Amino acid sequence: MTATEQEPVGVGLPRLGEPAPAFEAVTTQGTVRLSDFEGSWLVLFSHPADFTPVCTTEFMAFAEIYPKLQERHTELLGLSIDSVYSHIAWVRNIEEKTGVKIPFPVIADLDRKVATAYGMLMPGESKTETSRCVFVIDPRGVLRAMIYYPLTTGRNMDEILRLVDALQMADANQVATPANWRPGDKVIIPTPPTVEVAAERMSDDFARKTEGFERVDWYLCKKSVAPA
Amino acid sequence: MACVNADGTLSASGRAILGAVEQPATPEQVAAATGLPLFRVRSGLRELVAAGLVSEDGLLFAAASRAP
Repeated sequence: MTATEQEPVGVGLPRLGEPAPAFEAVTTQGTVRLSDFEGSWLVLFSHPADFTPVCTTEFMAFAEIYPKLQERHTELLGLSIDSVYSHIAWVRNIEEKTGVKIPFPVIADLDRKVATAYGMLMPGESKTETSRCVFVIDPRGVLRAMIYYPLTTGRNMDEILRLVDALQMADANQVATPANWRPGDKVIIPTPPTVEVAAERMSDDFARKTEGFERVDWYLCKKSVAPA
Repeated sequence: MACVNADGTLSASGRAILGAVEQPATPEQVAAATGLPLFRVRSGLRELVAAGLVSEDGLLFAAASRAP
């Protein structure tokens, strides 16, 4: 096997907690750079192709949550390996046929530069289409979360909103969020890093001082946090 | 191009951004004045600067005839 066969193009993945790969790309709303989004959260997502059924339902669903994302200081940016003219024709068609206006920009990644940088191409699934990827990038440009769905399966918008809420909650309050967490639910107090802090966590005084305190054991404690 | 058309005329968002920098302004101020998302303002200002219609001085942008 040659080196080229061993390392197919597009399989490298970006890493959580590191700066998201920079890009400048043509979109349906002009040429944008990743740095243009600095200061706000960004949900960058890819779809396999324009004028396809699952993608159309996803675009309508992304358009529906866009105002909710904006309330969370979060922008939305789509991508596929189609031309900007295809994107324009498709978003116009969606509006004409369904009445849903697509308010966010869509990258026309014909040279696959962004798709490759973000590992959106899964050659085992398709060599010509991006998979259904979601990247959540924070206001400092750091990649904070990734979701990958296969071509067959449309994404869950509630989960994307929940993920943004959870990341913002974690940043604002230095906490973690448990399984199936929703805004308003209790959050997890970070695990004690020392024996001393673990003992403190087990004390009645700590329980008294902590709003909504709930303790399973020293390593699993929850508390209430007022919604932002 | 989102702000400057191929024939050199301005799109609606281009005219809005240019109008918002008659007096020197930051991208954040332009976004507030125009109602456009900040990323579009940054992208649009870059385009208008490249077209020579807006000049940039540090954080401030101004219509070229009113350079900051």
